[in-house]
Amino acid sequence: MTDYGAFATDPLFGLPLQELWFGLVFFILGMFLFLDGFDFGVGAIFATRDDDEERETLLAAIGPFWDGNEVWLVVFGGALFAAFPAVYANLFSRHYLLMFAILGALILRGLAPEMYEQRHDEAWQTWWGRAFVVGSVSAPFFLGVFAAHWLLGVESLLSLPGVVVGLAVVALTVVAGVGFLAMKTRGSLQRDVAGYGPRAMAAYLALVVVTLGYLVAVRPDLGVLAPVPLALVVVSLAAAAGYLLSLREGRYTLAFGTVPVLVFAFVALVATLMFPLADPATGLTVADAIVSVLPLNIMSVASALLLPLVFTYFGILYSTFSGPVETGESYS
Amino acid sequence: MLDPVIASRLQFALTTIVHIIFPVMSMGLAPFLIYFTWKDIRTDDPVYEQLRRFWTKIFAVSFVVGTVTGIVLEFEFGTNFAAFSTAAGELFGGPLATEGMMAFMLEATFLGVFVFGREKVSDALYMVSAVAVGLGTWLSAVWILVANSWMQTPRGYELARESGQLVVSLVDPIAAYANPRFPWMFVHMQNAAVLSVALFMAGVAAYHVWQRGITADDDREGARFWRKTLKIALVVLLVTAPFQAIHGDAYGRHVYETQPQKFAAMEAVWETDSYVPEYIFAVPTSLDGITDPRAKELFGIGIPGGASWLASGGDPQAEITGLSEFDTEAPPVAVVFWSFRLMVAAGFWFILLAFWAAYRWWTDELYDDDLLHKAFVGSSLLGIFAVEVGWIVTEVGRQPWVIQGVLRTSKGVSPGLTGFEATLTLVGFAVVYTGLLALYTYVIRRIIREGPPSVDETAGGSEAASPSGVTGDD
Repeated sequence: MTDYGAFATDPLFGLPLQELWFGLVFFILGMFLFLDGFDFGVGAIFATRDDDEERETLLAAIGPFWDGNEVWLVVFGGALFAAFPAVYANLFSRHYLLMFAILGALILRGLAPEMYEQRHDEAWQTWWGRAFVVGSVSAPFFLGVFAAHWLLGVESLLSLPGVVVGLAVVALTVVAGVGFLAMKTRGSLQRDVAGYGPRAMAAYLALVVVTLGYLVAVRPDLGVLAPVPLALVVVSLAAAAGYLLSLREGRYTLAFGTVPVLVFAFVALVATLMFPLADPATGLTVADAIVSVLPLNIMSVASALLLPLVFTYFGILYSTFSGPVETGESYS
Repeated sequence: MLDPVIASRLQFALTTIVHIIFPVMSMGLAPFLIYFTWKDIRTDDPVYEQLRRFWTKIFAVSFVVGTVTGIVLEFEFGTNFAAFSTAAGELFGGPLATEGMMAFMLEATFLGVFVFGREKVSDALYMVSAVAVGLGTWLSAVWILVANSWMQTPRGYELARESGQLVVSLVDPIAAYANPRFPWMFVHMQNAAVLSVALFMAGVAAYHVWQRGITADDDREGARFWRKTLKIALVVLLVTAPFQAIHGDAYGRHVYETQPQKFAAMEAVWETDSYVPEYIFAVPTSLDGITDPRAKELFGIGIPGGASWLASGGDPQAEITGLSEFDTEAPPVAVVFWSFRLMVAAGFWFILLAFWAAYRWWTDELYDDDLLHKAFVGSSLLGIFAVEVGWIVTEVGRQPWVIQGVLRTSKGVSPGLTGFEATLTLVGFAVVYTGLLALYTYVIRRIIREGPPSVDETAGGSEAASPSGVTGDD
């Protein structure tokens, strides 16, 4: 048998790998929520458009991107499985029906644009258009419910705080979708879309405030009023202000630039409130649930090598299709 | 309500059986698309642009459906097989995470460039994107098969109990991930994917040749495209079909050496014996045997010593260990036995088909033999069928183990899962996946019936001639 020496017994370079992996798992979830988030938002905004050409433009705007964006969810599942198998197993099996609701929504969202483009008769496009909207709105909703139930240790399919956080995540994806589409469209479509921004942001902030109020009142054990969570709330408010001001001034790239700040502040808030637990419902801590040193070191090396490559791929993809959608461009 | 163990196994079987179709299509199409892209860039022949664009459409649809059905599988390890995931996460989670980061990311990002970016990027970057997409599909297979092959021939682990729970901990990653089964599986699967797509392409091309009466010097629109498709598919078929049989024979011996119980089930050998026949056809001798899939007495037609010959690599006298020698109950023998035969029969038919077509090509009658064309049309999905039954041999044949000799499948299911939940999602998947398959078939049929995109030959490969919304890639 191969002797792996210190690689099998000591964390690489003495790094706090357990905490880093807890952070990495949430970072990957954040990448998904940011990138596929604007795809979901585009799906929600799709519901407001009746004009064929405008609908085609919306689909063309996300056409080259959404596949890659969705892969972040696959990587989230894989990273959680690889680093915290017990959390992955407990969490996913406990939220059995919820997980399949997320999967069902993602199937609908993924399939609908592909189908929409297959035929150009009205009934067909009406129904697949609706499927696209339902998938795009329900996926972030169920993801929000999932995040809330994970943090709060709720075991039922739906709960009031779960619904509120679910709606908050839907609002956040609309905020992201507005920012993205404002960059990718022109003319009256762009004006209309940008006009949804303030309302979506108001809804997001209101739902977050309700959630925080609930946490302060009902779950003081989570420590919402500690410095780090409060700092994240302040960061969110600053990003929200930046978003609204940039939209008003027509600086759409800047507005979209505030979206990752909002998303990562949200995800970091969930992670901070949860830590040092990794699965509050079972009381598993990060230290309990982490795999042993050898597989952790292997996965750390693999991620350190692969994630920079992944960012390079995304850089190539997004720079290839930068700028507004050209007229006549279609989804597929 | 079904028992959660049964329902979870049925659901995993159903979702895998449907999912595997799409990666077979994308992995098998990958080398073709790389070739078409290369020829499209390097030559002025517009047929390669047509080939690239036509088959890219089918690739793109397959990829989308493969993505949405693939996420389901990744999640099911957690939702339905939580005990397995907790116990084996140290070994099993790593390959899945690596697949996502190394392979799926590469494929999904460059697919955007490959499908939408022909006019936006340089020839060099376009070629890179074709190779990246293809490489991504094959690297996915590497990591999925690293994980699966470890379940067949586990190594490099230690068993421990942590607070009453079984934990399979990783002690030797090189032994675990470079395990004996991996190279066999990878070669067999990748060749099967390319072979399946070659059969599919040949079937589609033969359909057009047959229906439209395309001849060798036909210059109607699309005629050259279908002739070219048929010939390219045939060349690939001639290489992959015989190779699959030769490789499969050696793979069978490896299975006998590493998973003797599975091999015994493949041959329905109950009592240890030598000079065991290879049954081509067999039925149980009693009526009880029909309701009980584990029929002990078989009546059939067999090649004397054939199974012994397969197990030993040429010795018809070799002894085969029977199923009754093992401590655990046997896998469902009838399923494994018949799936194996269907796979092998399909494999031999592919070789026959390849030689038949090659002979017609050699005598300049490739476009004249309508019986051959019909045979190709009828066989267009048989490659995928062979992959399905082959995987049934692999996975059902490993039962009752989920990890061979380490963990039983019944012990891997999520402990808290209720029969109601598991049955509900099983029924849900049965409905949704039936719809999914119907839609996929519908879309692929439309693409095939529409035929190749028209290209503007004078512009030397520009895509200007196609109206937007119909083209696959602009």
